[in-house]
Amino acid sequence: MQEVYLQDVTLRDGMHPLKHQYTRDQVREIALAMDRAGVDAIEIAHGDGLSGGSFNYGFGAHTDWAWLEGIAELLTHAKLTTLLIPGIGTIDDLRRAKDLGVSSVRIATHSTEADISAQHIEAARKLDMDVSGFLMMAHMNDPAGLAAQAKLMESYGAHCVYVTDSAGALLMQEVKDRIDAFRGTLNGNTEIGIHCHHNLSLGVANTIVAMDAGATRLDASLAGMGAGAGNCPLEILIAYLDKRGVAHGAKLLDLMDLADDVIRPLQQRPVRVDRETLSLGFAGVYSSFLLHAEKAAGIYDLDTRELLIELGRRKMVGGQEDMIVDVALDLSKAKN
Amino acid sequence: MNKKIKVAIIGSGNIGTDLMIKVLRHTELLEMDTLVGIDPDSEGLARAKRLGVHTVDTGIDGLIAGPNWPHIDVVFDATSAKAHHYNWAKVQAFPNKYMIDLTPAAIGPFVVPSVNLDSLYSERNLNMVTCGGQATIPIIAAINKVAPVQYGEIVASIASKSAGPGTRANIDEFTETTSKGIVSVGGAQKGKAIIILNPAEPPIIMRDTVFALSVGGHPEDIRASIEYMVAQVQSYVPGYQLNQEIQFEQIPEDQPVFIEGLGKCHGLKTSVFLKVEGAGHYLPSYAGNLDIMTSAALAVGEKLALQHFGASSSSST
Repeated sequence: MQEVYLQDVTLRDGMHPLKHQYTRDQVREIALAMDRAGVDAIEIAHGDGLSGGSFNYGFGAHTDWAWLEGIAELLTHAKLTTLLIPGIGTIDDLRRAKDLGVSSVRIATHSTEADISAQHIEAARKLDMDVSGFLMMAHMNDPAGLAAQAKLMESYGAHCVYVTDSAGALLMQEVKDRIDAFRGTLNGNTEIGIHCHHNLSLGVANTIVAMDAGATRLDASLAGMGAGAGNCPLEILIAYLDKRGVAHGAKLLDLMDLADDVIRPLQQRPVRVDRETLSLGFAGVYSSFLLHAEKAAGIYDLDTRELLIELGRRKMVGGQEDMIVDVALDLSKAKN
Repeated sequence: MNKKIKVAIIGSGNIGTDLMIKVLRHTELLEMDTLVGIDPDSEGLARAKRLGVHTVDTGIDGLIAGPNWPHIDVVFDATSAKAHHYNWAKVQAFPNKYMIDLTPAAIGPFVVPSVNLDSLYSERNLNMVTCGGQATIPIIAAINKVAPVQYGEIVASIASKSAGPGTRANIDEFTETTSKGIVSVGGAQKGKAIIILNPAEPPIIMRDTVFALSVGGHPEDIRASIEYMVAQVQSYVPGYQLNQEIQFEQIPEDQPVFIEGLGKCHGLKTSVFLKVEGAGHYLPSYAGNLDIMTSAALAVGEKLALQHFGASSSSST
């Protein structure tokens, strides 16, 4: 029977809907509950990775170090994971995370820029960490091109490479084509991961398509807590895996309770497919743009959807949140 | 009559080649003497030969051993941080020669022409920070002049095609060096730099956004100071411009932002959206990141020529 590796992202991608405002107590309680509920790995960081706190992405309620401190010691089996985007975080940040007990890291780049991750993946290997390459905005590169980028990350030492659908824009066949291309290109012992967003309501379906094509590391979060319409909801994924008889270590009823009793009440803006988040998936826009675009649309008197669609048309990539206001000013000028 | 001083450029890649073309065509104070590479088959050296520029393909050692060396006053280094350490060790032994370092080595002080060149030209080794630093540090300094900047943050977006292998292999150098420059040259209490590569076709023109949190300050003073500074930078980087109206937002004391290393902060947030269109001398105009480095380095070279070597221009007053 196949076995999957469940990577929880509630405390990293799930930072976005809360504008990175989890308290330290919330992070500790949720991490411990997830550990008890049997997920394999728990990711903690600012939504934009280590040192993401900024005007551009939003300042966190705490530093990454404050959120991470004291967690590793309390986990009984789950791996403490973090995320680093080269160009935002640095190798110094990675070392500091390692010193706080982080044993696994995802190094994230845009889907065509894998070569900027070489020094960070190599550094993670030297620190004896488990390391994945995380190819964001996977819809912006074709299957063969994306697989060639994955091959680069493998060559730098990545144990696993992810198809990361940051915009929640990939259709099911497009996910399958990318995982197939990875399987056909990467070494047999390099794992493949899948990270979905639910903007087209395909978060669960795309995760399963990827699994069936050979992905073994599955990203998910409680109640889908994540940017845009959220990630693949963990409790739904587990229910599906149980019905399919796929082996995993997680406890369904505990996860349902956490999702409904702990996570949903924290959501100030509901994490769901609605006209704004659907527009992210439809226009192929980085899901983390959502709240920034809603704020800019309010200030400059625009429809959030027209702003998101224009950002997609201009092919903005993850991390270019500063361009949201820039484009809003252009649209506002064009109207007046 | 104008008097020129002779310069050499080490590094025959994109930056060195672009700088060579600027020296050939756009200054009356510097004379392009030698382009130095390490690969005899490089495109840059071939172009130099076609343009009638003397070439050396054996690095700094070949330059120093050659007949032109005694007449060269200023050496631009467009290699890598590691190579610069070697090159500077050699050049340092010649007391009347100056080096302008376009690598991230940062042996000498950071120089941003519109901000601190007047106080630094007696240094023999000057470092050009980074492309993002050249574009954004003047803005931080301009705000800091009228309202103390607690925190300066910059986001540089460049076209993937304009990011060379050196930048790609060591992207931390960009973020770390630029952050330091925001503080040491821009005057902010704390700095943060972010760089994004965008692969869109046609390639995007270099964009830089500056966010600064100042203690108090009046928007009209800040706007005037920034506009004055933009004109200063335009005098040596013609494609440098404000892409949007400057935006202001009050961060009230009861809704502060938590900034690592500073704690809870409030004040006036200024957002400045810049665009840097290259002159298209060697790489196309989208590569403003390359153009602003070479243009700034050229401005430093001209200053050294005027101050130390009595160069003069027939057209300038």
